[in-house]
Amino acid sequence: MLNFHVFRFDPSKDKESRFDRFEVPSLGSGMTVLDGLYYILENLDQTLAFRSSCRAGACGSCAMHISAGGGALGGNGQYRLACNTLIETLIPGAINNNVTGQIMIRPLAHLPVLKDLVVDLTNFFRHYETIKPYLITTASLPDKEFIQSTKQRKKIDKMIDCILCGACYGSCPVAAGRPDYLGPHALLKAARFLFDSRDTADEERIKLVGHNAGAFRCHTIFNCQQVCPKDIDPAGAIARLKMKIILDKLRRFFGRS
Amino acid sequence: MIKRCDVLVVGGGLAGLRAALEAQANGLNVVIASKLYPVRSHSGAAQGGINAALANHPEGQNDNPGLHAFDTVKGSDYLADQDAVEIMTAAAPDVIYQLDHWGCPFSRLANGRVAQRPFGGAGFPRTCYGADKTGHYILQTLYEQVIKNHIETLNEWLVISLIVENKTCSGVIAFNLQSGQLEIIEAGAVIVATGGSGRIYGKSSNAFTSTGLGMAIAYRAGVPLKDMEFIQFHPTTIIGKNILMTEGCRGEGGYLVNKNNERFMKKYAPDKMELAPRDIVSRSIQTEINEGLGFTDPAFGGYVYLDIRHLGADKITERLPGVVEICTDFLGINPIKEPIPVQPGQHYTMGGIDTDKDGVTEVQGLYAAGECACVSVHGANRLGGNSLLETLVFGQRAGAHAAQYVAGRAKQKFNESLPDYFLKQQESRLQQLTMGAGPDKIGAGTENPYQIRNELNKTMDALVGIFRTESDLKYALSGIEALKQRFRKIKAPGIFSSFNYHLLWVLELEGNLDVAEAIVKGALARRESRGSHSRRDFPKRDDVHWLKHTLATYTKEGAVLSDRPVTITKFQPQERKY
Repeated sequence: MLNFHVFRFDPSKDKESRFDRFEVPSLGSGMTVLDGLYYILENLDQTLAFRSSCRAGACGSCAMHISAGGGALGGNGQYRLACNTLIETLIPGAINNNVTGQIMIRPLAHLPVLKDLVVDLTNFFRHYETIKPYLITTASLPDKEFIQSTKQRKKIDKMIDCILCGACYGSCPVAAGRPDYLGPHALLKAARFLFDSRDTADEERIKLVGHNAGAFRCHTIFNCQQVCPKDIDPAGAIARLKMKIILDKLRRFFGRS
Repeated sequence: MIKRCDVLVVGGGLAGLRAALEAQANGLNVVIASKLYPVRSHSGAAQGGINAALANHPEGQNDNPGLHAFDTVKGSDYLADQDAVEIMTAAAPDVIYQLDHWGCPFSRLANGRVAQRPFGGAGFPRTCYGADKTGHYILQTLYEQVIKNHIETLNEWLVISLIVENKTCSGVIAFNLQSGQLEIIEAGAVIVATGGSGRIYGKSSNAFTSTGLGMAIAYRAGVPLKDMEFIQFHPTTIIGKNILMTEGCRGEGGYLVNKNNERFMKKYAPDKMELAPRDIVSRSIQTEINEGLGFTDPAFGGYVYLDIRHLGADKITERLPGVVEICTDFLGINPIKEPIPVQPGQHYTMGGIDTDKDGVTEVQGLYAAGECACVSVHGANRLGGNSLLETLVFGQRAGAHAAQYVAGRAKQKFNESLPDYFLKQQESRLQQLTMGAGPDKIGAGTENPYQIRNELNKTMDALVGIFRTESDLKYALSGIEALKQRFRKIKAPGIFSSFNYHLLWVLELEGNLDVAEAIVKGALARRESRGSHSRRDFPKRDDVHWLKHTLATYTKEGAVLSDRPVTITKFQPQERKY
């Protein structure tokens, strides 16, 4: 048996948020946190709001804060995808050995709650859009594909896997205090293009992220790297960005282009 | 407030985004409405790749679009329209080059060109890939272009009905999930690009949101659904969650083995082995399981092993990292060291909204593209790697044609009262559905809609699967009829509230039931075996009677079937052997 403690808030009705407790049975081996949420929606409370789509860790809809255990809840939690978080991993024995588990679920932080676990992603996507998240090239286009060596292609490996789930953003203490901070997801995307051999907009991209709400606002706390469900390292990518910006400044200072 | 635009695209996956980009490039005002955020679309879960006869691969230097067309037609068991297939395969190389120029991170060969791998039913290594995350990379790339071109997206708007009068479409009614209100969007043309209907089945590789509602609303608006009986079952989905294990596993050299550790495909497709087309591999796996040669899981049923261990850690990590992720996250196994338990699962809807080569439907101003549409380029069985290609080629063509249609008409005069009439109609329908208002008192009952959906899933899994018989299909049809009756007694309180996902799922279910009926009726009528449609009682292909498309037209009493000839250009039907 599992006790799901789920964050609830409907701004049109509620003055304050609360946690509702739902008793969810073990749904067998392979049960995920998302399966538990669907069990609640389908059987216990049809007003519960949460996003989901692919259920396979690919679409990024269901990032939320999930903590579990028997004792003090919330302390050991992490931003995760509900769909690829197995109950058995969170609470060993909960599925097959009748261990009673407590699972606490909150929405992504640093973004306004629209309802229950659904947050307003406007700011998240706006930051993403400001870094010009698309390939820019002044080169004349070849008849066929660009020639890109495997070594050049490797430079953007992993960075291209970002599913924009927001787990990094929710975990970032800088984003907490600075809504204008571009955030790990947007900076990662900027790095993804800056280090793409086909992109020629280095100068523009450096301007777009080299300001005080950009790369240098990152305090290298590495929460983003710890929580990323795709094992990407946004902090590392931001460090590469910083280095690139500094080198660019030095080059300018010494008058070399 | 009424929203207005020249072209409205419904759906934010690959076909929708590509259509939107094309319509906008033609100078029109375009809006995309998606029930998700576009980057959440199920296109992003495509893994293995996209076919184009680039002849980049050392073993594929003699490849060309004509051979790609032949493989596609043969793969379709000769049900594809060959003129459409030729258009698609001829356009394919430029599609890849354009994606590359837009920044899509395809994997590369040592010479710096786009990498290609072997795929099922293909004569050459023709499938261009980005590791095993090709759909994700292409979806991101198109979304990036949408941002670059400032195309407006209405995120989390569920389109529930089309405004159609006199066989002309002039907009939609949508449920804005955030505001909880119904809204009107008036448009010179509407392009439906809402994806497949996989979730009619329980054991499906598809996203929970791949429900086929877009098909259902076009169907109810008077456009036939074509070839719905052809459902693709992917040979390799992990047991339990039925998440896709890409065909790329076998393309890179993976084996399928039964409990005797035998590569059983030698019995079924001695030449192509594991790289036979999907219908054949799925039937082979199911036969092994049925004959007791597979393994059995008490909860998840029969399965076989997909074994990629011999590819080695380096190749697996480089080319199949997503497979490792999925196996680790959902099965707790490492495919570098252990074989992967797999079983066939519903994967793709070959049929769909009846369109021509430009996405044109029977309703003026209404277009469809991508998995929700049926051109048909896949016929009775789609080849792996052709679906991503279809979304881009026919998304673009639909966008271009819609733009031309809107630009060519006299300045749109919106009939002032028409949208309001449709809005009120939908409002009262939803009120009936959710509060028991009106004569039918729907929504005031006791039936749990999710139970109805679960039973529909079980019915389809058990009776409308890989192997079919008349008695099973008849039983399924009466089951669906009964579920439709029960749907009229559902419990569904509440309507106009913010993020009312319950209402969303109820509306999806309503669409599921209509589409499921069209699938089963088509399957029942087609007394032959062709491609994915395998009738135990009619095991042979019958070109004399059945070399034709099935059309299902909506009536209040249910689907009514008719048919249409297949377009044959170069390739005369012959026996299909691999």
